[in-house]
Amino acid sequence: MSQINLLAAAGFTLDEGVSLFYLLAAALFILGLKQLSSPKGARQGNFTAALGMLIAIVASITVIRPSSGRIVLMAVAVIGGTLIGAVLARRVKMTAIPQMVAAFNGVGGGAAALVSIGEYMRLVSGSSHGVVLAISVVFSVVVGSLSFAGSAIAFAKLQEMMTGVPITYAGQQIVNGIVLLGIIGFAVVVIGFSSSIPILVILLVISLILGVAFVLPIGGADMPVVISLLNAFTGLAVAASGFALGNTVLIVGGTLVGASGTLLTKMMSDAMGRSLSNVLFAAVGKVNETTTGAGVGAGHDQAVRSGTADDIGVLLAYSQKVIIVPGYGLAVAQAQHVIRELADLLEKRGVEVSYAIHPVAGRMPGHMNVLLAEADVKYDQLKEMDEINDEFKLANVALIVGANDVVNPAAKTDPGSPIYGMPILNAEEAKNIIFMKRSMRPGFAGIDNQLMFDPKTIMFFGDAKESLTKLVAAVKSS
Amino acid sequence: MTPELIGYITTFVLAAFVGIEVISKVPTILHTPLMSGSNAIHGIILVGAISVTSASNGTLQLVLGLLAIVLATINVVGGFVVTDRMLEMFKPRQQAEAKR
Repeated sequence: MSQINLLAAAGFTLDEGVSLFYLLAAALFILGLKQLSSPKGARQGNFTAALGMLIAIVASITVIRPSSGRIVLMAVAVIGGTLIGAVLARRVKMTAIPQMVAAFNGVGGGAAALVSIGEYMRLVSGSSHGVVLAISVVFSVVVGSLSFAGSAIAFAKLQEMMTGVPITYAGQQIVNGIVLLGIIGFAVVVIGFSSSIPILVILLVISLILGVAFVLPIGGADMPVVISLLNAFTGLAVAASGFALGNTVLIVGGTLVGASGTLLTKMMSDAMGRSLSNVLFAAVGKVNETTTGAGVGAGHDQAVRSGTADDIGVLLAYSQKVIIVPGYGLAVAQAQHVIRELADLLEKRGVEVSYAIHPVAGRMPGHMNVLLAEADVKYDQLKEMDEINDEFKLANVALIVGANDVVNPAAKTDPGSPIYGMPILNAEEAKNIIFMKRSMRPGFAGIDNQLMFDPKTIMFFGDAKESLTKLVAAVKSS
Repeated sequence: MTPELIGYITTFVLAAFVGIEVISKVPTILHTPLMSGSNAIHGIILVGAISVTSASNGTLQLVLGLLAIVLATINVVGGFVVTDRMLEMFKPRQQAEAKR
C-alpha cells in the first residue's frame, strides 16, 4: 500500500489518485492502439495496452479495497480466468485464431452484461436509481448479450461446428425485426416504468436470441467483419457499464474500442470491395448452396484438366516467372514450409518467384503474411495485390495453393455473382494456371469458380502439403 | 443532469473521436491484430467486475460478479496473448534473416 502513502505525500486523496492512474491507463490504451496500427510498433503497442490494463486493475483494487474474504474469492476467479485465457491463446493453432478472437470477444460482452445486471440488482434493492442508470444498464445488457451470442455463432461457423453457409428462411428479416421490437418494448418498460429484475433477465434472453439470429444468415467467409463489428459492440456495452458504475476508465476503454472497432469494420468490408450492409444482410454465399459439397464437376458440362506431379514439376522448373497465390488451403494444411522449399528450389534454378497476397486471403486479413513469415519467406517476395496484378500476364505460371474466391474471375465478369466488384488477383492472365485444391468444392464463400474450367488451367487435387511435397520431388528430378 | 454525468458524457464523446482518429491509417495486414488488440482492451470491464463483486449483497450478486470476473479475465489475458502470438510473426527482416 505504499502507493497510497505516496499519494498522500503528494497531497492527493485516494479517489483523486486513482482517477489519475485511470487517466494514465487511458493514455496507454490510446498510445497502444496508435502503435498497433503501424507494422513497426505493433507488438510494442500490444504491450503498451496491456500495461495500461494492469495499471487500471491494480489502481481499482486499491480504491475499492474489498474485504479479505472477497479478495480470496476474486483472486481465485482471476487466476481461473487467467489460466483459461492463457492456455486457450497459447494452444490455439494459427489457423484457428479468428474464432479464438471471437470467443474472447464474446466473453467480454457477457461480462459487461453481468456487471450491469449485478450493479442494477444492488442499486435497485436500495431503491435509489435514476433514468440514466436504467438506460446504461439496459444498453449494456442488450448489447453485451447480443455480442456474446453472436460471437458464439461466429465461433461455431469458423470452427466448422456448424455450416459456414448462410442460414436463411422466408420472412427472416421480419422475425428478426419482431425480436428487435420486443427488445425495444421491454427496454422501455425497464427504463420508464418498472425497475424489475425479471424483465431485465427477459431482455437478456431475447438479446441472446437476436445475437444468434443476426449472425446465422451471414456466410462463414464474412465472419472476420462480423467479429470486428461485435468487438465494437462489446466496447460500447463496456462503455455503458462505465456509465452505470460511474467509472471513467470503463467509459474511455469501452468507447475507444467502440469507435475504432466501427471504423475498422468499415475498413475490412472496404478491403473486400463490399459495403457493410451487403456483408451483414445480403447472405452472400447462399446462391450456390445447391452445388456446395457436390462431387467433381457437378452441374457443369465442362471438363477440367488435371495433371500429374511430374508434368507440373517440369512446367515449373522450366518457367521464368512463377507467381504463387496462397490461400486458406495452405494454412489448413500447414504447408508454409514446404511451399518455401519449393520456391527456394525454383529460385536456385533461376526462376523468379513471388507471392501474390490478396488482402482477404485466408480467414482473416493478414493471414497469409503471418503464415509465410512463420516459414521465413523473404518479405520482399510478398507482393500486395495492387503491386503484382499487372505482372500476372508476364508470368509463365500462376500457382494457386488452396485459394479460390480471391482468384474468381466472376468478381469482374458476372454482375450476378455475390462477389461481383470484389478486387481479385488477375491469376487468369498468366500463361498457365495450376490450381491446387482438395476437391472441386467451391470456396468458403460457396461460389463456383470458372477459372477451374479455363483451358489454361491444370487442376492438381490433394492436400496442399502432400501435393507440394510431390512437386518438390518432381522439380528436383527434372 | 449532475456534473458527474456531464463529465462522463464529455469523456465519452472525446474518447469516440480519439478512437476513430488514432487508427485512421492502418495497413490491411494489421487489421486482424488491431481487432484482437482492441478486443483485449474492452476487457477493462474486469475493473467493473471487481467493483461489483466487492460491493455485492447476497450470494446471487456475488456469484454473478465472480462469473463476470472469470469472463473478463479470459477476455483480457486471452486477448493480449493471442494478439502477441499474431504479432510475433511480423518479425523485422534482419531478425528473420539472422535466424537462418
